[in-house]
Amino acid sequence: MIGARDLSVVFGGRVRAVDGVDLEVDAGEIVALVGESGCGKTTLARTLLGLEKPTGGQVLFEGQPLDYRALKAYRRQVQLVLQDPLGALNPRHTVYDAVAEGLRIHKVPGDEQQLVADALSRAGLRPPERFFLRYPHELSGGQRQRVVIAGALVLQPRVLIADEPVSSLDASVRGEILRLLLSLREELGLTVLVVTHDLGLAWNIADRIAVMYLGRIVEVGPTAEVLSDPQHPYTQALLSVVPDIGHTEQIVLTGEPPDPARIPGGCRFHPRCPVVMEECRSATLPILTVEGVHRAACLRTNP
Amino acid sequence: MSSVATQRRRLAAGHFWRRFRKDRAGMAGLVILAVFILTAIFGPLLISPDALDVTKADGDRFDSPSPSYPLGTDEAGRSILLMLALGTRISLTVGLAATFVAMVIGTSVGIMAGHFRGLSSHALVGVTDWFLVIPFLPLAIVLATVLGPSTLNLIIVIGVTSWASTARLIRAQTLSIEGRPYIERSKALGAGNWHQMSRHVLPNVFPLVLANTTLTVAIVILSETTLSFLGLGDPLAPSWGALLDRAFSTGAVSQGAWWYVLPPGICVVLVVLAFTLVGRAMERIVDPRGAAT
Amino acid sequence: MSLLEFRDVSVTYRGADADVPAVRGVSLSLDAGRTLGVAGESGCGKSTLASTVLRLLPESTKVTGEVLLNGEDILTMKWGKLRAVRWSEAAIVFQGALHSLNPVQSIGKQIAEPISLHKTSKNPNKRVGELLEQVGIPASRADAYPHQLSGGQRQRVMIAMALACAPSLIIADEPTTALDVMVQAQVLDLLSGLVRDLDMGMMLISHDLGILGTSCDDLAVMYAGRIVETGPAVEVFDRPEHPYTQALAGAFPRIGDPQARYRPIGLPGDPPYPGDIPTGCSFHPRCPAALTECSSVSVELRDAGPGRRAACIRVGS
Repeated sequence: MIGARDLSVVFGGRVRAVDGVDLEVDAGEIVALVGESGCGKTTLARTLLGLEKPTGGQVLFEGQPLDYRALKAYRRQVQLVLQDPLGALNPRHTVYDAVAEGLRIHKVPGDEQQLVADALSRAGLRPPERFFLRYPHELSGGQRQRVVIAGALVLQPRVLIADEPVSSLDASVRGEILRLLLSLREELGLTVLVVTHDLGLAWNIADRIAVMYLGRIVEVGPTAEVLSDPQHPYTQALLSVVPDIGHTEQIVLTGEPPDPARIPGGCRFHPRCPVVMEECRSATLPILTVEGVHRAACLRTNP
Repeated sequence: MSSVATQRRRLAAGHFWRRFRKDRAGMAGLVILAVFILTAIFGPLLISPDALDVTKADGDRFDSPSPSYPLGTDEAGRSILLMLALGTRISLTVGLAATFVAMVIGTSVGIMAGHFRGLSSHALVGVTDWFLVIPFLPLAIVLATVLGPSTLNLIIVIGVTSWASTARLIRAQTLSIEGRPYIERSKALGAGNWHQMSRHVLPNVFPLVLANTTLTVAIVILSETTLSFLGLGDPLAPSWGALLDRAFSTGAVSQGAWWYVLPPGICVVLVVLAFTLVGRAMERIVDPRGAAT
Repeated sequence: MSLLEFRDVSVTYRGADADVPAVRGVSLSLDAGRTLGVAGESGCGKSTLASTVLRLLPESTKVTGEVLLNGEDILTMKWGKLRAVRWSEAAIVFQGALHSLNPVQSIGKQIAEPISLHKTSKNPNKRVGELLEQVGIPASRADAYPHQLSGGQRQRVMIAMALACAPSLIIADEPTTALDVMVQAQVLDLLSGLVRDLDMGMMLISHDLGILGTSCDDLAVMYAGRIVETGPAVEVFDRPEHPYTQALAGAFPRIGDPQARYRPIGLPGDPPYPGDIPTGCSFHPRCPAALTECSSVSVELRDAGPGRRAACIRVGS
């Protein structure tokens, strides 16, 4: 349905935010794109949406490369849910205006009021009329996020790209929003790409998971497999620090996630890798190609 | 317009007025403005233009205030109060119209300069800077001389020379708004430049525009006073600046005719003050969160 | 004698229209060398509770009860003594390190500030260097400005500032929010290490039950200004008794648990605004196990096992 081939996005000639990514998300799938800050996942998501232009490679939609002159039409198919619902809504627009915006931009025919009400109901805000005249600051975090989702749904897209959809919400409210995403997949056949740093979220709702590090996907595969049997040392380290009782030894990596302007040679993870080998410093690892299979970009597993 | 939108607008308007009524400073400003506006509208209807006619004047020269001439007379024996009243319309019209021109140009340029990137933005900023750097008075004098003395030309001259600082301010605010997630969301929804600027940027810079308008009105009215004082306005129009001009040139000061010199100046001050009070009150109310953004 | 003890503490903010009860009758205690986790979401009162320890709340706030630090009541302390106590006996690592640091002062200067104020060291610069090393930042970076550091490093600077006067109690308010998981783990390791080595007491506040469950000794869960569950951290996280704690724990699913696949756990509605608390058990509108009595009857903490207490009608007797 949506994907990337050999995609790279370089800022200012030096910052290699996305450094060669192959990705495919099938219709009706929920894929989690996981990584720490600076790994390029948000840039990748924005490039898939057409908000950034790639410096190399292509974004594919339904098998065809993205036509940058027909972006407006593309937007009806692929929509965005942002991280911070308070920032994502114009404080001067009512809920009604926020949801109707998409309809007005694309001049969608039909009863606007009805379409807005439908979208709000779908997103779990019932009765929708009660929310029409409210302003974002009068709503709770969970309600705001539902408004943002309704705003995306009203265009009846095929794909939803959600950037940290629940990380700024209270913990007890997250479950409802995640359940909403799952139900949208069930009822509408929506394809969802979730960008997050939270492995627990991926475990909760993702069919497949792709782990990113410094602009590349380092491990990919069905969620259950990747998270129960991680192959890449980075994934292993990430999993080990998720707070849990009766855990195996924590692998706490030293230092900070490095700078995408200075990507290490060889395997890009080698300076922090707890099981680094001599070859890792010089070997170039190919871009992981994506099939349903569980793969990791590591010399130990794929020599 | 859908019924939801109308309903919302009516609600908002009623709400706004209720809140404005509670704001004492704002109401005071509104009252002062109302007095001047009523004078501007009804003055020329109630006062015959004969009040300006030198040949019809029957007061003494530089007569101090008396019951028949509450603000005394000028050098030709005309009632200063009546001339002041007639001048209100000119001064307010020029003031408001020129402000409108300046705000429209300034806000548009500011938003576009902040929204667009690259060549067009640099060009707009360059033009703005040019207008900022050139000293106001010489530019205004040149323009007024070229265009000729009339009220309309005065409006154009003042409007064209006063928009630059607004543009600067609006551009800065636009830049900060451009970074906010809801602009990105709008883009993701498929919005074009016009939609983003008009439906997202403009409403959010609006409080700043409002605040800046009151400042601009003040500057504009003072500019008009200055230019008329220098004799660049319509010589027949008794604007407050023109009155001051005549007061000085006919030696009212040395005559001790304070009733000729003070009242026009006080009127200017009062109008400027009124606009400021109203503007601040509106600013306090307009933001839906009830706090300065 | 406990290092820190809250005895029936209630905090009410004076709002424009009405009073807002942020904390309602909280009693907790913490001993030296141990870590107490306080879990809760926005509006539950946990940050307000922490502010009472150093009396940082605005003048108009009404605080009742006792807050005992080493046996002395902070709330009735004389101003001079309070100033001495602040930072030298108890310190807070504030939420949002990015905004708590002065952007125009070097970090060294900011860490040195409490040291000079309390005159706890003859050589502040040397002490600053020691503190930085203690939190894992090279002492040579003392001249750096906050914007030159990463999020994790800024958090460490906040911790160094808190340690500056060698307090016996540290309160960390959401120290790991907005940090990456790896950096989060580093910061938590650092905090646990410090508690061990310096024999301090630590009160760790967070909405993340997971990190509290694994890095604290004891755990207390707050909801709408009240404590709804207490007990040893591991047990509360692993086998929560109160329905709210269960939902909170469920929000951080156990990776590898097949039960959690495609089954996100959450609660309907939102955490209540402190000014608008439901009657009876404040949790009842969202409780999946609510009984009819719950809307009118409010339950105190009652025994729910050895060392465990929960404020739920279904628990215990």
